[in-house]
Amino acid sequence: MKTIMELENVSKIYGNLTALQQVNLQIFEGEVFSLLGPNGSGKTTLLRIMAGIEKPTGGEMRFNNVKVDGGNITDVRLKTTMVFQKTALFYTSVYKNIAYGLRLRERSKKETDEKVREVLKTVKLEGYEKRPAKKLSGGEQQRVALARALALDTQVLLLDEPTANIDPKNVSIIEEVLSWVNKEKKTTMVIATHNMFQMETLADRAALLLEGKIVKVGAPPEIFMLPSQLLASYARLENVFSGVSKVTGEGTSLVDAGEGLQIETAFEKTGNTTVFVRPEDIILSLNPIVSSARNSFEGRIVEISDLGAIVRLRVKAGRDFTVQITKRSFNDMQLNIDAKVFLAFKASSVQTV
Amino acid sequence: MAQSAQLNIERATLNSTAERCIFALGNEIIDGLLKALQLIFSGDPTLVEICVRSLLISGSATILAFLWGLPVAMTLGLKKFRGRFLIKGFFNAMLGIPTVALGLILYLAFSKSGPLGSLRLLYDPVGMMIGEAILVTPIIVSFTTSAIESVDPEIKDLAKTLGASETEASIAVLKESINSVALAITASFNRAIAELGVAYMVGGNIAGLTSVLTTLIALETNKGNIELSIALAIILFLIVFALTISMNLIQRRRT
Repeated sequence: MKTIMELENVSKIYGNLTALQQVNLQIFEGEVFSLLGPNGSGKTTLLRIMAGIEKPTGGEMRFNNVKVDGGNITDVRLKTTMVFQKTALFYTSVYKNIAYGLRLRERSKKETDEKVREVLKTVKLEGYEKRPAKKLSGGEQQRVALARALALDTQVLLLDEPTANIDPKNVSIIEEVLSWVNKEKKTTMVIATHNMFQMETLADRAALLLEGKIVKVGAPPEIFMLPSQLLASYARLENVFSGVSKVTGEGTSLVDAGEGLQIETAFEKTGNTTVFVRPEDIILSLNPIVSSARNSFEGRIVEISDLGAIVRLRVKAGRDFTVQITKRSFNDMQLNIDAKVFLAFKASSVQTV
Repeated sequence: MAQSAQLNIERATLNSTAERCIFALGNEIIDGLLKALQLIFSGDPTLVEICVRSLLISGSATILAFLWGLPVAMTLGLKKFRGRFLIKGFFNAMLGIPTVALGLILYLAFSKSGPLGSLRLLYDPVGMMIGEAILVTPIIVSFTTSAIESVDPEIKDLAKTLGASETEASIAVLKESINSVALAITASFNRAIAELGVAYMVGGNIAGLTSVLTTLIALETNKGNIELSIALAIILFLIVFALTISMNLIQRRRT
């Protein structure tokens, strides 16, 4: 396999903070590579170095076997592009946002018009050309940002948590588009994420990045096979609970996660185990729910993060749970800090690490 | 009793004198306004010449200030370097510089025995233009710097990831702040055309050469030529309002 991008002993230091330490990484042509790690692990810094907008403090990067330096950085930027976690859009129309990179590449007006139409169709935003980009919803804005990157047909597409702050509907559109682009256009992609499911769904290979160091590089199953304690304690994934699991005899297991929290799973396992639940799989209500969900807990909201179309809540129910709900639900339920809430999720939503 | 009556008569006389003065002044203003309007619509060649000269001097001063102020603002807004805070502070402080004080400094610098005397800029429209450009430079620099700083820092990186060079990325940031930059230009032009200190001390109000709207208003008011002063003041207001409203309309269309 041809190596398109190679990082050798790359490090980045900001004052007293070491963001990256001796990172060695090879990205192969046409693959989807996932950078997995918790917030602050150095994923964004690594992507910014790959995008040519950040200079490494030490080490070097090679693009198509050529060392990247001040002399060829603009050429590298023309062959790669990046979609940011916090959607960055120019204060103008959707058309002009997408056309910006094409104009820099001196494409004709006709070619630009066609390309803008094509990529808007790809991200399911046909006819949005004249709309003011900043007035779209959060998910639509991120899709415009993705369309703008796709329009350039670059060799490498870098994506920094592309679905972190958007609602589930937009997440599935973006994931679908990324899979299609990789299959049809053979674009090399590097996706930073802290979502292990996204890594498993999209990536051919992945690297686990912890505290600025690459801990492991391999296919997604190899990353999942890392010692569960390492993943759980270092990666700080959401809703990860470790404890002793006991088989119930009814085809399920009960994991004692401590603090009185017993989580029922749809698999049978005995002994030490680590499980996790996706924030979007948890149903939140103001009253106890009578349902088929095997797990139901009472808790209080301890933190609210407004992410635009969605809201993330941290709920203390023995242990801390992260729950993701839409802004509309949040407003309808008139939730606030210290509010009493009930959480419910199915045993089949509980996954093992 | 007689004394009190005398006092009442004096008070009444005073009151009626004050009323007459106010009435006379009111008449004078109304007369002045009517004559001013006649003068404006008559297309008096001297008036046209003064207006054109004012527009040219203030317009070119604003352009000059923009040309040398923009790179300074871009550097202050986009780069992090030692002393940046001090330079920003200097330009912010200069926003309130008294025009007469700057006029005096320039008068001394441009006068024959001054350090720039050989350039013969005193009592010359070019000298006035340079003086007004210096006066409005802090407005361009301070407003534009703040505008650039308020743009999302990721815009520059975004432009780069889309293939922009360092200069192209800086232009992208400037474009994002264009409304505020336009406001800085409008404010600079308004300050330049409406100021008296620099125009009077550097230009000297020489008829047919350096006389502009503000210097002529001052001169004609001193001479008691109220209607001409009012006409000139109305024109000055109209220019400032027309420019400001036009800029607002352009900005509204853009958004």
